[in-house]
Amino acid sequence: MMDSTQILKEAFEKQDVANGNLAAFQQENWKAFSGLGLPAIKHEEWKYTGIRNVFSDRLVINNEMNISPDLLKTLLIAGTEEANRIVFVNGRFQQSLSITTDHANDLCIKSLEAAAGDEDAPFVEVNLGHSQRYHRDGINALNAAFANGGVYIRINKGVTLKNPIVIYHIADSTLGKRCSHPRILVNMKEAAQAELVETFHNHGGGETLTNEVVEICAEKDAVLHYVKMQNEGEKTNHTGTTHIRQTGKCLTHAVTITLSGALVRNNLNMVMEAEHGECHMYGLYLLNGNTLADNHTIVDNAMPHCFSNELYKGIMDDASTGVFNGKIFVRKDAQKTNAYQSNKNILIGENAAANTKPQLEILADDVKCSHGCTIGKLDEDALFYLRARGISMENARAMLLHAFAKDVLEQINNGAIRKYAEQLVSDRLSSSI
Amino acid sequence: MLKINHLQARIEEKEILKGINLDIKPGEIHAIMGPNGSGKSTLASVLAGRSDYEVTGGSVEFMGKDLLELSPEDRAKEGLFLAFQYPVEIPGVSTTNFIKSAVNEKRKYLGQEPLDAAQFLRTMKEKMKLVEIDQSLLSRSLNEGFSGGEKKRNEIFQMAMLEPKLAILDETDSGLDIDALRIVANGVNQLRNKDNAFLVVTHYQRLLDYIVPDFVHVLYKGRIVRSGTKELAKELEEKGYDFIKAEVDQELA
Repeated sequence: MMDSTQILKEAFEKQDVANGNLAAFQQENWKAFSGLGLPAIKHEEWKYTGIRNVFSDRLVINNEMNISPDLLKTLLIAGTEEANRIVFVNGRFQQSLSITTDHANDLCIKSLEAAAGDEDAPFVEVNLGHSQRYHRDGINALNAAFANGGVYIRINKGVTLKNPIVIYHIADSTLGKRCSHPRILVNMKEAAQAELVETFHNHGGGETLTNEVVEICAEKDAVLHYVKMQNEGEKTNHTGTTHIRQTGKCLTHAVTITLSGALVRNNLNMVMEAEHGECHMYGLYLLNGNTLADNHTIVDNAMPHCFSNELYKGIMDDASTGVFNGKIFVRKDAQKTNAYQSNKNILIGENAAANTKPQLEILADDVKCSHGCTIGKLDEDALFYLRARGISMENARAMLLHAFAKDVLEQINNGAIRKYAEQLVSDRLSSSI
Repeated sequence: MLKINHLQARIEEKEILKGINLDIKPGEIHAIMGPNGSGKSTLASVLAGRSDYEVTGGSVEFMGKDLLELSPEDRAKEGLFLAFQYPVEIPGVSTTNFIKSAVNEKRKYLGQEPLDAAQFLRTMKEKMKLVEIDQSLLSRSLNEGFSGGEKKRNEIFQMAMLEPKLAILDETDSGLDIDALRIVANGVNQLRNKDNAFLVVTHYQRLLDYIVPDFVHVLYKGRIVRSGTKELAKELEEKGYDFIKAEVDQELA
């Protein structure tokens, strides 16, 4: 029987050869992956998250897919009918299922392979793989080795997109444990403004493993609202990196919502390369069953006068585990950095757990950085107050948990997406918890 | 309506209520007074069903039911209301939604149709006037950032919305200036009728100038040691609690 490395190797060798530039990148990363292997739990960054176990000998990696436009219709988020839509199936960009509703002069969506060989090649050359400066691990390299199924998005100078870009990732698990490697590269030109939403779906409800890398580069005066929504069910494993680079003074805002999964690992990086940059990072993980959700964030302040604000909240029921690790780097030149970080957890389940670790590395001497974390139970006094007014225990708990989650949900900029997320959270709070 | 019979309760290992007897009939206002630490707030909390306290003896009958067997929410739905001494601030829960849930859960329990949005709004407007509470307060998170007076007024507003049979006011006068006190008392006086009853727990006689009780009881060391009319409250105001303490300590010795 083949082990997972052999399956990956076979899949790597069997895939269509991309054009020159991208093929070289893939080859180089395959070599890197062969050397690095999958991260073990002795690796400090993967201490709580045993990723090796999810790479089993039953992985299915091929281009077979069975996702019809009708099936896709059932997944579309209400109120986003006008949205620019990008569809990935099994980690590969599907041009035929995707549509661009903003004007072609404003927004360009094409395969990464095409971008690596046309006028966008210089951007791809510099930015593809930029996240590896922060994640030199086998997981990131493995995704890169399969990068030829990726997508490239460019929002042109001065353009405010009329519609959000909604990316639907569909993993087809009907044929076995599906292993996908979606890759997304985003080029936000000067003063471009966009909402970028990612949502994940498991067709078939079987085991899946999605290993994603998103790299975004935002120029001066750009405004980005990014949302990642995970609610694919209990058999989904996910490792993902969203790497956002500010090359000019701009505003980037990210909200990560995790509602289910077997093992979920999200890396979110904000790289502040210009003075007066501003970033916001919000996260909500609402977990039950045996789900493990691990959010690792990095804010890297390289230049002075940057501002970052971070709030992650977790609710853990049953035997679920929430992990938060927030790194803030303040480099030598990054004077007057303002960085805030907060992580709050509520444990509902008897066997639920939370691990939280702020990590600040500050080399400048004139900065304001604060961090705080809490792990607790629902406030008994608040519960009693609600019950003393005749509100049942279940409703009182749901009300308090909803209030707790609200700070994060209301950060979602796009109305339809926010409503969608609120509905998913309400349904969960009123049923399972 | 409420029959308390030799009620005993403790928190952790400490006995606080050592045999309370009290009988409240519809239309009556009872005041419970007493020095700090006598067990006044414990009595209010035990009646409302706070689980920090363990009832170790006695019984409480409310509207013919065994009150101590009911969950806090069912006590509320049966018509018991506790106006908290320290109303809890709950960020993220809108005051209006909270009251709407409370009103409709109670109606459901009583087999009534839930109020629709228009009916609820109408009732709310009417009751808001009663306790002189502002709309802007009700669109905020529950008690969050409210002043002491605003919190107490919000308690009385909730009482007005829920129309309890028995309302327990736990030191509602503490921390109130004279204007707020008047507004709160005015609300209570307008809500009283021949079918409902009030149990006013207070340290000072001041509130009783505005809410005139039919009976006054003095709680000391976990027992009701004196009962009388509003004159008893006046006497306490003049002489302080020391004279009763001295008398009772002598009786107990």
